[in-house]
Amino acid sequence: MIDVELIEPAPDSFGDRIGRAAAVLSRFSWQASLAPGELSIALGGRITLDEAPALWKRVAEVLDRVLKLDRVRVDFSQVEAIDGACIALLTHLQSELRRRRIACELEGGTPEVQRLIKLHSRRRLKRRPPRRPRRLLDQVGAATADLFAALLEVLGFFGQLVRAGGHALRNPRTLNLRDVALTMERAGADGVPIVLLINFLIGFVMAYQSAGQLRQFGANIFVADLVGVAMTRELGPLMTAIIVCGRTGAAFAAELGTMKVSEEVDALRTLGLVPLRYLVLPRVVGLALVAPFLTLLADAVGIAGGLLVATTQLEVTPAAFMAELRQVLTPWDVLSGLLKSVVFSAAIALIACQQGLATSGGAEAVGRRTTGAVVSTLFALILLDAVFTVLFGALAI
Amino acid sequence: MTDTLIRVRELTLAWGSRVLLRDASFDVERGDVFVILGGSGCGKSTLLRHLIGLEVPRVGSIEIAGVGAPELDGRIPEYGVMFQGGALFSSLTVEENVAFALHEWTELPPVAIAAIVKAKLALVGLEGAEDRLPAELSGGMRKRAAIARAMAFEPNLLFLDEPSAGLDPVSAAELDELIGVLNRALGLTVVLVTHELSSIFQIGKNCIMLDPESQSIIARGDPRELARSTADPRVRRFFGREAR
Repeated sequence: MIDVELIEPAPDSFGDRIGRAAAVLSRFSWQASLAPGELSIALGGRITLDEAPALWKRVAEVLDRVLKLDRVRVDFSQVEAIDGACIALLTHLQSELRRRRIACELEGGTPEVQRLIKLHSRRRLKRRPPRRPRRLLDQVGAATADLFAALLEVLGFFGQLVRAGGHALRNPRTLNLRDVALTMERAGADGVPIVLLINFLIGFVMAYQSAGQLRQFGANIFVADLVGVAMTRELGPLMTAIIVCGRTGAAFAAELGTMKVSEEVDALRTLGLVPLRYLVLPRVVGLALVAPFLTLLADAVGIAGGLLVATTQLEVTPAAFMAELRQVLTPWDVLSGLLKSVVFSAAIALIACQQGLATSGGAEAVGRRTTGAVVSTLFALILLDAVFTVLFGALAI
Repeated sequence: MTDTLIRVRELTLAWGSRVLLRDASFDVERGDVFVILGGSGCGKSTLLRHLIGLEVPRVGSIEIAGVGAPELDGRIPEYGVMFQGGALFSSLTVEENVAFALHEWTELPPVAIAAIVKAKLALVGLEGAEDRLPAELSGGMRKRAAIARAMAFEPNLLFLDEPSAGLDPVSAAELDELIGVLNRALGLTVVLVTHELSSIFQIGKNCIMLDPESQSIIARGDPRELARSTADPRVRRFFGREAR
């Protein structure tokens, strides 16, 4: 008979020393003896979840080091008590050894211990074949296919929405006006403070950053041109859309996603209502109606931010600033921004609702779809903005 | 002479690429309490989704009252549905939930709708809960409210998905009693999906049992009779195991 230490190397690391200390302090005993081709382990004492780390260490060591064995016997005769978690570790040892064609018996012990062993090794779940890691090219291909599939989904959804819009135009009574008003309140009125604050700071920062350059050339007054045109044509609509996307788009996706997973959308259908008409259309309409007002406010406070810098840093009087602004800004500058805001807001509502209604699964899926909605919408906003810029440039307007 | 309300012929159901049921045919008679039985994952809920028109059958046919597969395309169907968790609209009160379809589909004044809602809530034993939100209701109350909502449009057919799931035995028995009363007193045809033996025996008049292994209906008829006399070990195991 050989003592267990013969199959274990001497401890040489801090982890080993801690492990040895844990074994010393533990309330169970593990006596191993090695005969040719056979390892016998005699367990004793109380083996509970508190001892599981020390027990697991022993189990792992056996699995690491038993190479030329035919048989392992684990004797429970001296065990006073053992819980299910520790039995699970030992049945894991048994199944792993059997997988390596080493016989393993868990024997002895009270009837209660044997019942626990039987209970934990009763059922063998079918192992799924391990997933093979996909090659980079496969992953790129799959991601591209997914992207096109998602794009097709959104386009299909857009087509259905257009049909729903046509239906609502023919039957105005079917439009869910309550949700239109609710959307306008939540996305519009409730969003005003954050839109004001962020756009004021955008105008302020833009003017502040350019102040030094303009001063060098004595072009202080042109801060009005810079802030006015940038805010009305570009930053007002874009920043407002980004805020609306974060606030309202995420809320739409999460709300509809939750309704979907809790079967509220199905219930709506069985009450004769079409979710696209009842849930999506009012959100698109509400957001498209309120977005131009938010954008107008954004333009105004952004310019006010620039005015503050102009008067405090660039010695430009408010009257001169406003006169310059009147001279440089055309109605089209403002109108083009408002037009953008309508398209941006429709895109936000469309993508967010599509993602929400595509949710399946549970809470995790709602989170994933909400994130997906925000990311996709931000991408779509930048893309649409680029399209507008090129289009307006080509038309020279 | 029988009066068939639902006629299903050679229906094949699949979940993704997995076939759940092949060539299933059965009838539901008017006034029946028809139970769809089977263990987890056998396709009970998928079958129900097809019966209520949430999914369209690709193979086979479903007829309700002699009309082809129900299509939920913006018309109020002639049946009511109670989903497993109730699926009440969480932002609406109980009263608003029950009144929902009436507001959407009728020209009734609010006072008349309120009177109907009150009667429906009384029918399911939820008087006084009108102003509560779904989150403020117990599981049993939520399901009762969902039944009241499903009953609001006076359907002659009611579909119930796992009505007793997640309920304590007392609430489950009360709900079974309510379903029995609706069937007997109003002549309502009830189709329910469940694997609760107490419900099956208390209210079920007819049943079919789905089997995931053979992807077929392995038993049909009176559930009490089936439990007593079937020789099929799968059916015996189902009733025996469920009884423990």
